[in-house]
Amino acid sequence: MEKRCLDAQFKGVSTGTTILAATFDGGVVIGSDSRASIGGEYVSSKTINKVIQVHDRIFCCMAGSLADAQAVLKTAKFHLSFHSVQMESSPQVIAAASVLKELCYKNKDELQAGFITAGWDRKKGPQIYVVSLGGMLIKQEVTIGGSGSTYIYGYVDAKYRPNMSREECLQFATNALALAMGRDNVSGGVAHLVVITESGAEHTVVPGDKLPKFHDE
Amino acid sequence: MAATASMMQSFGPNLSAQNDLVPDWTRTEVSTGTTIMAVEYDGGVVIGADSRTTTGAYIANRVTDKLTPIHDRIFCCRSGSAADTQAIADVVAYQLGFHSIELDEPPLVETAAHLFKASCYRYREELTAGILVAGWDRRRGGQVYCVPIGGMLVRQPVSVGGSGSTYIYGFMDSNYKPSMSKEQCLELTATALTLAMERDGSSGGVVRLASISEDGVERRVILGNQLPKISTH
Repeated sequence: MEKRCLDAQFKGVSTGTTILAATFDGGVVIGSDSRASIGGEYVSSKTINKVIQVHDRIFCCMAGSLADAQAVLKTAKFHLSFHSVQMESSPQVIAAASVLKELCYKNKDELQAGFITAGWDRKKGPQIYVVSLGGMLIKQEVTIGGSGSTYIYGYVDAKYRPNMSREECLQFATNALALAMGRDNVSGGVAHLVVITESGAEHTVVPGDKLPKFHDE
Repeated sequence: MAATASMMQSFGPNLSAQNDLVPDWTRTEVSTGTTIMAVEYDGGVVIGADSRTTTGAYIANRVTDKLTPIHDRIFCCRSGSAADTQAIADVVAYQLGFHSIELDEPPLVETAAHLFKASCYRYREELTAGILVAGWDRRRGGQVYCVPIGGMLVRQPVSVGGSGSTYIYGFMDSNYKPSMSKEQCLELTATALTLAMERDGSSGGVVRLASISEDGVERRVILGNQLPKISTH
């Protein structure tokens, strides 16, 4: 019995979800699935949106404990808008990521939440930051997270190229989400995608039957 | 070294866990934490594996051959416990050889797969073995059968296994198409294994490939510095 549980012990706790973000020429795409499940046995919501807006051109995806992530994001939104008022300008993406990092790092013993922060600001253009479970902050061109992400590491490594066009990047993100949702039983539903550029943020929803199909479907 | 280890452990688990004099690999079972893959094409199969065997954090063998012949045109790809899979492969090779002599005919791949399933299912509580059985026979051509941990048996046109396989499901789903040629299958397998080896700590080393068809078995090795370069980030 114990031998079969080895995998679960080594993989650790992570939300049943798939989240990702990718940079393209002029902006970022950030996306997630829409399934909330209880222990992989019951789907408690088929359509939740895991991509949260924290400012005009800054969005976050949550990973880990949903309760912790929501609490942290609520605090972070407040800090960020206060910071924005003080600075008399839109916050930088790294400011949003740093606020999240401070909260995650200072409270690392109590919290189990990680974030992907993606957005556009005038100083550095499109950026993606990852705040991991213990509070590490790193900047990346493309990143994936959640339980479904393990199945698409190979696909993302092979397919992502820097400076793609907006359409190519959107297709890449949609394909990656569809592949992960196809293999991970706690990811599914619709694909939420947000494209953030200088001109603003556009939210697209791709319903399950419009997702790309692969050879065995 | 073994005597020292047992003396150290009698002082309590904390001491031996943090004591550098007793590394964890002396106490961990040898495992083929691995990536294996098998693909059918019209006329045969292509199989591939990485070459890393680990005991905990130590790489016990960095040039392992995980593609084990069971008969002239039937191979198995092994993942899980190295001891368990070697033992099962030996048993099945014996049983299959005997059966083939009785029949006076080359055995079917399906027969080999069922022999693996029989052992893996009967001793499922004691074993940790994930096996891909692949080969060519005259009745059905190239076939791939998957016998994962627990002892299920299913035929699939393409299958991956081992700890590194989780990272390449997405790549495999999007890049495999039915009716690929042998060269395309070899390229797909080499690329997929390279991607998995880059992400999985328990997979690495060289890529071993084999193609099995009516004409026989062709084996090749892709060394570490010859692997396809894929990552751009």
